[in-house]
Amino acid sequence: MKGKKRVYPYIPNSEPRVREAMLRDIGVDSVDDLLGDIPEEIRIKSSMNLPEPFPAEADLKRHVEGLLSRNNTVGECLSFLGAGCYDHHVPSVVDEVIGRSEFLTAYAGEPYEDHGRFQVLFEYQSMMAELLDFDVCNVPTYDGAQAAGTSLRMASRLTGRKKALLAGNMNPDRLKVVRTYLDPVMTVEMFGWDRSSGLLDLEDLGSKMSEEVAAVYFENPSYLGTIEDQGERIARAAHKAGALMVVFADPSTLGVLEPPSRYGADIACGDIQPLGVHMNYGGGLGGFICTKGENRFIEEYPSRLFGIAPTREKEWGFGDVAWERTSFANRETAKEFVGTHAALWGIAAAVYLASMGPGGMADLGKVILQRSLYARKVLGEVPGVSTGKPSGACFKEFVVDFGQSGRDVADINEKLLARGIFGGKDLSGEFPELGQSALYCVTEKTSEKDIDRLVEALSDILR
Amino acid sequence: MTFRKRAFHHMRWNEPIIYQLSTPGHRGLLVPEAEEEIEQAVGDGLSSIPLGMRRSDPPYLPELGQPQVVRHFDRLSQENLGADFNIDIGQGTCTMKHNPKINEVLAGSPKMTDLHPCQDHSTVQGILEILYRTEEIFREISGLDHCTIQPGGGTHGALAMATMVRAWHRDRGEDERRDEIITTLFSHPSDAAVPKVKGYKVIILPPDEEGLPDMEAYRSALSERTAAIFFTNPEDTGIFNSRIAEFTELARKYGALCCYDQANANGLLGIARAREAGFDMSFFNLHKTFSSPHGCGGPATGLLMVDRVLEPYLPVPVVRRDERGGRYYLDFNLPKSCGKVKAFYGVIPVVLRAYAWIMSLGAEGLEEASRIAVLNNNYFMKKMLEVRGCSISFPRHPARIEQVRYSWEQMKRETGFGTADVQRRIADFGTHYWSSHEPWVIPEPFTIEPSESYSKEDLDEYLGIMEQISRECYEEPETIRRAPESSTIHLIDHEYLDDPDRWAITWRQYTKKYRGYFERR
Repeated sequence: MKGKKRVYPYIPNSEPRVREAMLRDIGVDSVDDLLGDIPEEIRIKSSMNLPEPFPAEADLKRHVEGLLSRNNTVGECLSFLGAGCYDHHVPSVVDEVIGRSEFLTAYAGEPYEDHGRFQVLFEYQSMMAELLDFDVCNVPTYDGAQAAGTSLRMASRLTGRKKALLAGNMNPDRLKVVRTYLDPVMTVEMFGWDRSSGLLDLEDLGSKMSEEVAAVYFENPSYLGTIEDQGERIARAAHKAGALMVVFADPSTLGVLEPPSRYGADIACGDIQPLGVHMNYGGGLGGFICTKGENRFIEEYPSRLFGIAPTREKEWGFGDVAWERTSFANRETAKEFVGTHAALWGIAAAVYLASMGPGGMADLGKVILQRSLYARKVLGEVPGVSTGKPSGACFKEFVVDFGQSGRDVADINEKLLARGIFGGKDLSGEFPELGQSALYCVTEKTSEKDIDRLVEALSDILR
Repeated sequence: MTFRKRAFHHMRWNEPIIYQLSTPGHRGLLVPEAEEEIEQAVGDGLSSIPLGMRRSDPPYLPELGQPQVVRHFDRLSQENLGADFNIDIGQGTCTMKHNPKINEVLAGSPKMTDLHPCQDHSTVQGILEILYRTEEIFREISGLDHCTIQPGGGTHGALAMATMVRAWHRDRGEDERRDEIITTLFSHPSDAAVPKVKGYKVIILPPDEEGLPDMEAYRSALSERTAAIFFTNPEDTGIFNSRIAEFTELARKYGALCCYDQANANGLLGIARAREAGFDMSFFNLHKTFSSPHGCGGPATGLLMVDRVLEPYLPVPVVRRDERGGRYYLDFNLPKSCGKVKAFYGVIPVVLRAYAWIMSLGAEGLEEASRIAVLNNNYFMKKMLEVRGCSISFPRHPARIEQVRYSWEQMKRETGFGTADVQRRIADFGTHYWSSHEPWVIPEPFTIEPSESYSKEDLDEYLGIMEQISRECYEEPETIRRAPESSTIHLIDHEYLDDPDRWAITWRQYTKKYRGYFERR
C-alpha cells in the first residue's frame, strides 16, 4: 500500500485537482513553498515511523475493537470497586442528550449560536446549587480533585492565609492532586481520625488549628465510606480561628444526607461522575464548587460562571458572569486559570438531576444505604471477615477487614477474580494501619443476589 | 455549480428554564428498590443515618416526566451549533475539525465506558495497550521519549509542565533561586496564567516588528533565575518562529527547561517537531489536532511528552509493558515523580478517539492533514484580505502555517463596526466566529483556522459570508446594529453579567432578585 497517493475522507482537499487549483489561487507551486519559514535543521529527517494505518473504516473498527475486546467490563463481571469512581446506573436519556452532535461537537460559540449549552449549564449550576443548598455553582472543573484544590486556594485568597488542614481519611489519590494545586503557594498539614469510629479527631484538629490556617477540609462520606456527623463542631473550630470549612461531598448522597452548607461549610466541592457519567476507566470525572452568593466568593472562582440576562425581545439570554476574573481575560493576573474542562459531563449531570428530581435522589440514597448496610452485615458474618471497624455509619462504601482470616487482600482478590468478581479496593498500601483490609462499594446496581454471590465466593475462598 | 443562497434561521424555541417546567410529583426515572429480604434484614436504611445528618427537606430539583425531560434538552441542543453543523473555521487556535463518527462508536462501547480504574491489570489489557501504543506514536510525532496522558486539557498540560519544572529544579536544589518563567504575548493565556499558579514570576516577551518574540527582550530576560520558557510556535499569528532553535539553545545555556505548548500542532505533523527545535517537553491537545470532539468545552486531554531525562519526574502512574510476558501495567513506582495533576489516569476515551484517528491516517495521512491545513489557511488568507476593511497582522510576512490573526481595524475606523459586531451578525448565517485571545494588541482581531476538514467550497462559502457582513457594515448599518435577527435569541444586555447587583448565576439567585421577567423584587 505504501507510496500510493490516497484521497482521505477526512481531508477533502487532498484530492489532487482541488489541491492544484488552490495552489494556483495562492500563487505557489507546492505546499512546501508555504513552509519556507521552517528551517531545514529542525525538520523531521525522514518520515515518522508509525504503524501501518487502517484507512478503511471497516478495518479500523476491527482493529480497535480487537484491542478493546481484551478488556473485561464491570457489566461482564461483578464489581465492588469504588474509591472515587462509581458504577452507578447511567440513564439512557443522558447518553441520548450528550451524544447529540449539537452538543458533542460544539466548543466555544457565542451565547447566540450556542444558546443551548449556556442554558443547560446554567440549569446545571442551578440544580447543583439546590442539591448542595448553596447559591452558586460553577461550570465543571477537570475533576473533583481540582475542585478540592481550587476550593482551598479560594479559601486562601479569601482569608489571606496559606495553610490547609486536611482530613487524614481523605481519598489518597485526590490528596496527590490537591498537593499539586497547592504547592508551593500553600502548605498542607493532615489531621487525624479515629480508627474505631472512623470519625475525625477533633482534639488533633484543635491542636493544629492556628491563625495560619486558611481552611479545614474533609470529605463526607470519607474515603472509607463513613458519614461524618461532627461537621458543626468542625465548622465552629475553623470559624473561631478565622478559617473556612471546605467539604468534599458525594452528590449521590444528597437526596438523604444533609449538604455541607447545613453544617457550616463555606465552600462545598466534589465530583459529578456519580450523576450520570460513565466511569470510562476513571476518565468520566468532573468537579463542582458551590458557595454562598456573596460577591467575595464569586470573585474568587477561577471557573466560568454562566449567568442569566435579558434580551431585546424579552427572551432568556445567558453569558459569562464577571469575565474579568478569568485567565481568558486577564492572563497572568487572573484567579488561577480556566480552560477546556468537562462541560459535557455538566450537561450529563443536568439531564440526570432533571430526570431524577427530588424523589429519585431520595430513592437512590435510600436503596444504596439499604444495600450497603445489608452487604456490610452479611459480609461481617463470613468467618475470618470483619466489617465492624470503622464502626460508624457508612454510605455506599465500607471497610472489610480480612485480618482474622490470615489471608492477603491481594490473594483474596485474585481468587475472586477467577470467579468473575472484582473485589473491593485493596487498602493495605494506602492505609497500612488497617492491615489486610479492602474498601467495598455497593451501588443501586448491586442486587441482593450479587451480594449473596460475593458472600458465597468469599466463604468458599476463606474456608 | 451554483447553489441557492441559504436562508438560515436558527431554531428558536423560547425554551423555559427547567424549573418553570416542573410539576410536583412527576418522575423522569425510577430507581431500583431494595429486595424484601434486605428490607427485613436492615430496615429502611435511613434510620442508620447519624442524628442531624439526615436531610431535613428534599433538594429543590425540578420534577418532569421523561418525555418532557427529553424534549427540553433536545430542544436546547437544537439551539446549539455543533461543529457538525457549520463551517467551523472561526474558532482560531482551537483546531475545529471533523470528529469521525466511528470514533464515537468505539468510545461509546461498554468495553471503554464500563471499566473501573482500579480493576486488575489483567482485565484491562486492551485499554492499556491502546495507551501504550499511543505513547509510541507520540514519540514519533514529537521526537520526545515519554508520556503522561493525565492532563485533562491544554491548560492542564501547561500545569503538568510547570509542575515538572518545579520537581526538576527542586531535585537539583535550584528551586528557590529559579523563580521565573518566560512566555510570549501571543502564546495562549494559560501559558502566562498557569506558571503563576505554580508560584512563578511570569515574564512576557512582546512581539518584534515581524510578530515574533523579541530576541533582545528575551536575552535580557534570561538569567540564573529562569526556571523554564513556555513557548507556542507558531503563535496565533500563524507565523512560524524560524529562530526557535536559537531561543531554546539560549534557555539551555542558563539551565532553564524548554516547554512547548503544542495544543495546536495542526500545521506541523510530520514536518517539524519539538525534539529538533530543542524542547524538553511538549503537550498536545487530543481534542484539537487529534480530532476528539470538544464537547462544549471538554472533557479533553493535553497529552504531555517529555525528554528521557525528565521521565523520573512524570506524574504517576505511567503505562509500561513487561518485556518478558508482553503484559501491560500501570507503574506507580516513580520515587521522584512530581505527583499527580488529575485523579486516576486521565480522560481515557479522548485518548482512545485520538488513537483511532491516528490509526486511520498513518504517517502519510497525518502529514497530509497538516499540509492541507496549511494550504487551506493560505488560500483563505489570500481571499480574506480581498474583503473590504480586513487586514492582517504583520503583513510583510507572506505565508502562514495553520491560522492567521486578522484585524477589522480599518473597517472600525471607517464604519464604527468592529470584530464584536461581526461576531454577533455571523450567528445569522448559521456559523460562528470568535475574536482572539487577549490582549488585543492587534486592534479588532479575529483568528481564523481553516483546518484540513474543510473543502474549497466550504471556505468559499464562509468567505461569502464575511464579504456580505463587511458590505453590511459599510452599507446597511441598521442590519448590523440589530443583529442577530435569525439566531436563537436577540441582543443580550451584557450589563446584567458584570453588575453584582444584577447578576444571577443560578435560578435560586434569579428568584431571590427578580420575579417574572427581570422585575426587581
